[in-house]
Formats: sequence, structure tokens, C-alpha cells
Amino acid sequence: MIESALLYLFAASALAGAVLMLVVRHPMRVALALIATMLSLAGVYAVLGVHVIAVFQVLIYVGAVMVFMVYVIMLLEMRDRSLARRYSALLVPGIAGFALLVGTLGLGLWRDAADAPGAGDSAAYGVQSFSIAFLNDYWLHFELVSVLLVAAVVAAIAVLKVESASRG
Amino acid sequence: MDKMQLLLTLSAALFAAGLLGVIVRRNVLVMLMCMELMLNGVNLSLVSFAQQNGAVAGAVLVFLIFVVAAAEIAIAIPIVLLLVRAKRSLDLEAYADLKG
Repeated sequence: MIESALLYLFAASALAGAVLMLVVRHPMRVALALIATMLSLAGVYAVLGVHVIAVFQVLIYVGAVMVFMVYVIMLLEMRDRSLARRYSALLVPGIAGFALLVGTLGLGLWRDAADAPGAGDSAAYGVQSFSIAFLNDYWLHFELVSVLLVAAVVAAIAVLKVESASRG
Repeated sequence: MDKMQLLLTLSAALFAAGLLGVIVRRNVLVMLMCMELMLNGVNLSLVSFAQQNGAVAGAVLVFLIFVVAAAEIAIAIPIVLLLVRAKRSLDLEAYADLKG
């Protein structure tokens, strides 16, 4: 009972953060709304019992990605036209496409509601079973992903180097 | 409304809100954050299906997706920095000559 109440609470707060992202003006406030949404999603994962994923959501998304984003927003603090006018000329077609997408997805969800099985147990999602599976069966993926991260860092440096070389 | 349906509805709503943000907002950084919102929405549906299935592979896949998202943002931010240095603006209309 309290679990389902918490689930509804976190889902509503994630949705509220997403709506807030669309209407507030300043990028910093958008970033804060996105952080609120991600924290609520971490709460949803925790209620579902997948604690490993909830911890990773907070550590990687809020701790790394959004801190990086907030830092760049502070770095690029400038008064430009995008602050005065929030929405582009695509506002009306964008909202029409949004309504179409929501209608289609919602219709599909309601139609398939009858034979949707309930959520199963989450015994397989403890830290122990995750770690054992991760480092025994998926070690190659782990190594590949670390290679990908190194490549991303090198590419970021290369992009900024090209720019500073072209400026003299 | 049962639990699975609630989660999938939330996932679809987050994805749709992110897509709407990418289309209608003018600020490049805000568009980038809306893309992150879309990724989070899709990730939520992956987690709910994996948890319903009870397979550990789902958790591993979600972890790898988190790392790939971090790599993606590490590339996207320098590109935005380059655009801002070149055009002195975060406004989308300043980049209208980036064609072809």
C-alpha cells in the first residue's frame, strides 16, 4: 500500500519536473528541473526494488552528467535572445506532433492493458548478484565501455584543440 | 491502473515531453537537456521490462547505457562550446547557416 503510494508520488514528481523543463525560461532552472526529474526516477527505481540502478542513476546522471551541464551553463552565462524568447517558430507543429505521439502511445497502452502481467519479483537485482554477473559474464563489455570512455575524452580534447589551433 | 501500466505511461510521457522540448525550445543547452530527458524516459521502460523479467542482464545493460550517456554528453558539450565560440550565441536561429 505505502509502496504504491510512493510509486505514484515519485511518478507525479518526475512528470512535474518534465513539464517544468518545458516552461521555465533560464537554462539553469531547466537543469534544476531535470535534476529533480532524475532524482524522482531514482526514487521510482528504488521503490521497484532495483537498488543498484537507483544508485547508478544518482551517481552517474545527477553526480556526473548534470554537474557537467550546470558547470557549462555557468561558463556560458550570457544574455542572448534565447532567454527573451523561449519557443521557436515550430511551437504549433511541435505541439501537434506531441499530441499525436501521446495519443498513439496512450491508445496502445490502454489497449494492451488487459493482458499486461504484473511486475515480477526483484530478487535478481541485489548488489551481489549484479556484481557477480557483471564481472564474470560481462567483463568484455566492461572493458569495451572503458575504451569508449577514453575515446570520448580524447575526442573532446581533439575538438577543442582544433578550435584553438584555428584561432591562431 | 496496475504498476506496469503506470511505469510505461510515465516512460511514454517523459519521452514525449523531451521530444516536445527538443522541437520547441530555442536554447541549445535546453535542447541537450531535453534529449537527456528522452533517454531517461526510454531507460525507465527498459528497467521496468527487465525487472518484470527478473534477468540480471537488464541491470548490466542499464549500467552500460548510463556510461554511454556520460560519453555522449562529454562529446556534445565541447561541440556546443565550439558553436557558441563561433556564433557568440546559444540561440538556435544563429545557427541557421549550418546547412549541408
